[in-house]
Amino acid sequence: MNLNYKIVCDLVKENSKILDLGSSDGTLFEILKKEKNVVGLGVEINQDSVIASLEKGLSVVQGDLDKGLGEFKDKSYDYAILNQTLQSTKNPEFVIWEMLRVAKKSIVSFPNFAYWRVRFYLFFKGKMPKSKMLPYEWYDTPNVHLLTIADFFEFCKKRNIKIEKSVYLTRNKSRSGFLIKNIANFFSQEVIFVISK
Amino acid sequence: MGNKIYSETKYLKIKEPTKLKSGKILKSIDIAYETYGKLNENKDNAILVLHALTGSAHAAYYHKDTQKPGWWDDMIGSNKAFDTDKFFVISSNILGGCYGTTGPASINPDTDKPYALDFPVITIEDMVNVQKKLVDYLGIKKIIVAGGSLGGMQALEWSIRFPKNVKSTILIATSARLNAQGIAFNAVARNAILTDINFNNGNYYDKKHPESGLAIARMIGHITYLCEEAMYKKFGREFKEKPSFDFGIDFQVESYLEHQGRVFVDRFDANSYLYITKALDYYDPIKEYGSLENALKDSASRFLIISFSTDWLFTTAQSKQIASALIQLNKDVSFVELESKCGHDAFLLEFEKQTKIIKSFLRG
Repeated sequence: MNLNYKIVCDLVKENSKILDLGSSDGTLFEILKKEKNVVGLGVEINQDSVIASLEKGLSVVQGDLDKGLGEFKDKSYDYAILNQTLQSTKNPEFVIWEMLRVAKKSIVSFPNFAYWRVRFYLFFKGKMPKSKMLPYEWYDTPNVHLLTIADFFEFCKKRNIKIEKSVYLTRNKSRSGFLIKNIANFFSQEVIFVISK
Repeated sequence: MGNKIYSETKYLKIKEPTKLKSGKILKSIDIAYETYGKLNENKDNAILVLHALTGSAHAAYYHKDTQKPGWWDDMIGSNKAFDTDKFFVISSNILGGCYGTTGPASINPDTDKPYALDFPVITIEDMVNVQKKLVDYLGIKKIIVAGGSLGGMQALEWSIRFPKNVKSTILIATSARLNAQGIAFNAVARNAILTDINFNNGNYYDKKHPESGLAIARMIGHITYLCEEAMYKKFGREFKEKPSFDFGIDFQVESYLEHQGRVFVDRFDANSYLYITKALDYYDPIKEYGSLENALKDSASRFLIISFSTDWLFTTAQSKQIASALIQLNKDVSFVELESKCGHDAFLLEFEKQTKIIKSFLRG
């Protein structure tokens, strides 16, 4: 299992009710169902991904996160999960507010644009960084809101959003807990936050 | 081609009177139905499939008498979406129809003549109540219901009316209520029939039928089942031959509609068309229960909702409305909008993706 999935899975309590936002083909949702016996719903915009999820026996509704989660009641889920999707939403702030509204806790992960290799790529090559985590060309990328760990800390602080946990990932290793933020920001390829309001 | 499997239409006579939503009473009702596959010992593998406006009980296989395949033969059968190796599939003609179930063309026991317009106005709720009698007769307590278009409305009504009996509900290209645009098209269709010179206040069974009115009604229907894209693909602006410089059939699209109208009058009763479109127009559980949430609150069913991108008669927004209500109620629901260029017709044509989805859903 890839490390990102494993960590998200570890963060979720057994038997909880989850809302997997941008659930793609349902891989993570399926793992959570198997490992943590979760119930819940996936929300995914792409038709083929929805079909792939349904084929896995998951409950999924096709929908656009940027339009909000109006049909979901306040605090009706234990976790809202936005895995590697924040950077491709059109209105990330709205999406995060909606997650905080409908779930008791939210899990948000994204690739860190301040990872040193990304910085060096831009610094030395002078081109939009590409890597395994950021595989797209600048003209053909779903990632319209790339951000850094420092950006996210600032974002949450300004809005009094509580960061309950943070797990930093670099090349298949993870570190959690407290770290000097600037160092985390420099050395982490990816980050997974648990936030609440 | 493998060996053709044949089906036979059976009939159930409901001898006790049935009270309708309007308050009127039907003294007895015949129900035409077919079944495919085998009912298991626990009687818990049944699926009731519900037909659309002009369908019949003959949903699958080849009919023993007419040799024709059923209207959902692509979806019902061994290893198909509704897999008859696992499930016992039931299909019946709706109340008010003209394919064996009691409708305006049936004989009125009070007069020994066809009911015609003495037939009471029926509703989707009445159709579903009659279907429940058939399901009870077959000894089935828990059931899966599935339907497209008007059939989807019946499936929805099943899950509202019999919340503990329905295990799973599959709603395809449907909505909780027709929008004003849909009602408008039905109104024009009915007007075409009602003003036909042969209509004779519905008493035409021993005379010339209101064929031109019914054909026009069907033509209007077909316009609403297609979409601009589908029409462009099917016909474009092509002429049948060349401009005639008169008012005959010039364009391919005209020829198609004319053909659809013509073949329809041989297979459908104009009075049935009036009654069924009226039932379609009237159906509105949102108004009936105050909200969809209130209507569906007791349902124990799982739901699968499928819409089609170019369907403007039963739109994706309308499907989403049902999905939203179910999410609000914390019910198990899946929803997908399938890309299609076929308009509303897609639910009868695009069976590959539907098969994948429905099969997976029924496994769950």
